[in-house]
Amino acid sequence: MIELVWLIPLFPAIGFLFNGLIGRWFNLDKRIVSWVACAALGLSFLFSILVFFALLKIAPEARDAVPDKVLFDWIVSGDLKTVIGYKVDPLSIIMALVVSGVSFFIHIYSVGYMHDDPGVTRYFAFLNLFVFMMLTLVLANNFLLMFVGWEGVGLCSYLLIGFWFDRDAPANAGKKAFVVNRVGDFGFLLAMFLIFAHLGTLEFNGVFAGAHSLDVVTVTLITLLLFVGATGKSAQIPLYVWLPDAMEGPTPVSSLIHAATMVTSGVYMIARCNILYSMAPVSMAVVAIFGAATAIFAASMGLLQFDIKRVLAYSTISQLGYMFLAVGVGAFSAGIFHLMTHAFFKGLLFLGAGSVMHAMSGELDMRKMGGIWKRIPITFWTFLLATLAIAGIPGFAGFFSKDEILWQTFNSGHRYLWLIGAAAAGMTAFYMFRLVFVTFFGRCRASEEVQHHIHESPPVMTVPLIVLACLSVIGGYVGIPHILGGRNIFHEFLQPVLGGHPEATGHATFSLVKPAFASEGAAMGNGINMELLLMGASVAIALIGIGIAFYLYIRKPEVPKRLGERFKTLYTIVFNKYYVDEIYDACFVKSTKRLGTFFWREFDDGVIDRSVNMVAKLMLWLGGVLRRIQTGRVQGYALGIILGAVVIIIFLMR
Amino acid sequence: MEFFQVQFSKADLLVVAPELVLAGFALLILLMSAFIRSERKGFLGYTALVGVIVAFVSLYWEMGIEASAFSDMVRIDPFSLFFKVMILIIVLLTVLISLAYVKREGIDFGEYYVLVFFAAVGMMLMASGANLLIIFLGLEVMSISIYILAGIMRDDVRSVEAAFKYFLLGAFASAFLLYGIALTYASTGTLDLGGIGRILAERTWINGLPILITGLALLIVGFGFKIALVPFHMWTPDVYEGAPTSVTAFMATGVKAAGFAAFVRVFFFALPSLQPYWTEIMWGLAVATMTVGNIIALSQDNIKRMLAYSSIAHAGYILVAFVAGNELGQSSILFYLLAYCFMNLGAFTVVILLGKKGEENTLISDYAGLGFGHPLLAVAMAIFMFSLAGVPPTAGFMAKFYVFSAAVKANYYWLAVIGVLNSAVAAYYYLRVLIYMYFREPEKELTIGGFSPAAVLAVIISVWGVLHIGILPSAFLSLARRSIEFLL
Repeated sequence: MIELVWLIPLFPAIGFLFNGLIGRWFNLDKRIVSWVACAALGLSFLFSILVFFALLKIAPEARDAVPDKVLFDWIVSGDLKTVIGYKVDPLSIIMALVVSGVSFFIHIYSVGYMHDDPGVTRYFAFLNLFVFMMLTLVLANNFLLMFVGWEGVGLCSYLLIGFWFDRDAPANAGKKAFVVNRVGDFGFLLAMFLIFAHLGTLEFNGVFAGAHSLDVVTVTLITLLLFVGATGKSAQIPLYVWLPDAMEGPTPVSSLIHAATMVTSGVYMIARCNILYSMAPVSMAVVAIFGAATAIFAASMGLLQFDIKRVLAYSTISQLGYMFLAVGVGAFSAGIFHLMTHAFFKGLLFLGAGSVMHAMSGELDMRKMGGIWKRIPITFWTFLLATLAIAGIPGFAGFFSKDEILWQTFNSGHRYLWLIGAAAAGMTAFYMFRLVFVTFFGRCRASEEVQHHIHESPPVMTVPLIVLACLSVIGGYVGIPHILGGRNIFHEFLQPVLGGHPEATGHATFSLVKPAFASEGAAMGNGINMELLLMGASVAIALIGIGIAFYLYIRKPEVPKRLGERFKTLYTIVFNKYYVDEIYDACFVKSTKRLGTFFWREFDDGVIDRSVNMVAKLMLWLGGVLRRIQTGRVQGYALGIILGAVVIIIFLMR
Repeated sequence: MEFFQVQFSKADLLVVAPELVLAGFALLILLMSAFIRSERKGFLGYTALVGVIVAFVSLYWEMGIEASAFSDMVRIDPFSLFFKVMILIIVLLTVLISLAYVKREGIDFGEYYVLVFFAAVGMMLMASGANLLIIFLGLEVMSISIYILAGIMRDDVRSVEAAFKYFLLGAFASAFLLYGIALTYASTGTLDLGGIGRILAERTWINGLPILITGLALLIVGFGFKIALVPFHMWTPDVYEGAPTSVTAFMATGVKAAGFAAFVRVFFFALPSLQPYWTEIMWGLAVATMTVGNIIALSQDNIKRMLAYSSIAHAGYILVAFVAGNELGQSSILFYLLAYCFMNLGAFTVVILLGKKGEENTLISDYAGLGFGHPLLAVAMAIFMFSLAGVPPTAGFMAKFYVFSAAVKANYYWLAVIGVLNSAVAAYYYLRVLIYMYFREPEKELTIGGFSPAAVLAVIISVWGVLHIGILPSAFLSLARRSIEFLL
């Protein structure tokens, strides 16, 4: 069964080819196109499940040693031998399940959401291509194939953000996403070159087996460069700026690509390279610090936005920050756990937002909504469940995963990072409930005409909402911590790949700040109490966040405005997202453009073009001259042969 | 003189099975053409097609065999098998493109296919000959057939002129080759390639080194003429332009492949001990061939002439691999020839498809606007041009890549640099075709005189070959390596 892993990415590829070639060429009916796309994903999901169960049958300690499924040699050049091969181990199969599963439901949702769009064939072709690339990324057994997927999802992201390319905003947003990602990809490429230069292979098995021979400096450099790649794809500081703009794409795309799957590939990549990262404490610290900083920075930007998709976008950046915090403190499985639960509830939140837009005639500004919860009950209740999950309310998926991250952070001795994470959790609870309260409660502020049209979405859209809502509720129960009487099955499953013990990861890997602290705490025997204490604290923080939101937006809706006027400067800065886009524009974009213009005008036109043109003219002239030797006279030709022979003989006899 | 007493058994016949099949079918077609009514002459072409396929099947029995036959005159080994397959592919594509073309041009004689088949037999003998005389015989069988093919358009002055020139100069060059063989025999006392190799390795030659070296020089001239190395290339543009286009395609690929097969076998198998002598010569020939070929191609307006100079330049690139002489270099000679045969045949097929009776449309400016009138054909042409220019992901790119990396590995940095500069120059005239196809308004109506399905099939096969080799090159490179490693 496991050998059939190559079928998982194959089905979306077939779907892409079918829709992209046959569907476009023959202008097939959009029902055929949509259901082909969904069926491809359904099969892909089915095979992911089958492979998953096949893997479960293998003894846990052997699960990371399943032989790679190599389809064929791809590039063989000198010492470089790259194959098209897929790796099946707990980590990759979890990713494949999440990607194919969530994609499947989002595809179904899209059937309803994109119903009236004329470009639906193109949409589904790209969406299938995206899933193919994403599955290639997570199942690849070497860095180069992973990079193919990495670039492929970037391409699809670009194509789908700019799906409505006849409008300026989406086209520019797509361009921005692409350019910013290229900065990150550069890091990934350099890291790959370094790995190949030092280890002579790009296959994961070979690289990780040989990693111990690397010195600390090299491995730190490699891991930092990989992290640069991750900051681009996963929208971390300083390369997060493209994600909010990416919301210009269709909402299911935001849900699939910019919340559930693609943006998490940086986390997956670092978890995949956990052996390298464990050897480079400095890189780990960098990852953790950037993750925590992104978590709180993005959360604060989400506080004051009015566009519901943008709030969710900043929330995504912030949650990705949590995942990086987790892998940065060595809690790799906690990071993947949060990746999975986040895929459920954030995917759902975006789909819910899409459903709200559907009901509100495309409106995105929450100031023009309100009081609609009774009119679209399924959307509201599922949205609420996802919000409870992301806010970290006990019993919901997000609680278990986020809490594990915070505890692991604290336990590994990063008390300040814990504090940041907890604060960001409070902000998360606040802005999410602000979103719920303003959007669904209070007085309806939409125009008469819009109000008239408010209606629940069709079942093809609500069923995926319900499924994802169920997952947002129960998805966390695979990782109940020991302290609450669970076994953390999720962690045990990933252990062969990611190593460590749920309680011991922090101790074993590293502690930059205060190595003694963690063991000290454990030795004192109050580690467990501490864990419960912190859990209580983070729940309390979340509840406080919700309480403030409730006070400000339900009880006293006039207060926020007054506060905004009182702290005008702060409000303006945060509302304008700290002017980061403007700063980047001034520092990088404008100066690069100026430099480009200079080189174009002065250097390119003046020096290069002129000399190239000279060479070209010289060559053409030479051609014209040499051509005259070609007289057409046989005698001349024979003479040429004789002269050639004579020259050769003389040369040899010298 | 006991080695001239040829004895043979039935097992020997297997070694030359495809040659026998082709010769047999050639005779059959000759016989048929005497009786067939003139309006049913198309049937001859289909018989030829069957012949090629039977020859392919007969190759199947030779797979994996390594044997020599007729008292070590001919060998079957991975090397000759590689070239036999390649030559059969070339013959197959040639027959496919000829089916409609010969009818259109009024040269649908049975002799056309007969000569193509006899030429192919000669080519195969060149690739599998283990004796200098057999190689020479193969070369003559091939050459004489081609002389006639080039002049088969009897009423066309240019065709006759091409045939005459080719014949005169070819005979001239054959004399050089034969003289070289004679001198080699004079100093080693044998014509057997393996025997020559042994004697040279043991340094037990009979006569002095000068005779041997002169023989070497004359061999280079003789082979150099067939594969059109500068300065033995001057016949190429006139002949390529004058000959019927299908014959040009056949010559540009088949003759070159067979010439290189014999060249490689003689030099790497029989004369490797003389490598210090011939490497420098080859270095100079490679540089001259690439540079002259590319530079004169720049100023050509006729696409057949342009492709003729381009084929000269390509022989120069292959010679770079020859000079490098290392494992990668030798495999890349074979790899390059395979890539070259697909892209060049493909390009000539497009040229044929665009012409009609009395109006060949062989000026590059005739291609103006092709991209809009016949988008699919233009895409195919663009792929062939990109491949000839060496742009990824085509076969031409990988071939150049392997050749130049072989040169770098063998520390021939300058040669690699000159080669790369040359391919930069070459891009100009290949891309010019694209410019005309996509950025110029058509000057006149381009009507295609009815697509022949067989020629379209040939285009499809060529496109497939160019892209498959370009995207998944490693299987072909290892095939090339396996085919040549046993020689060394």
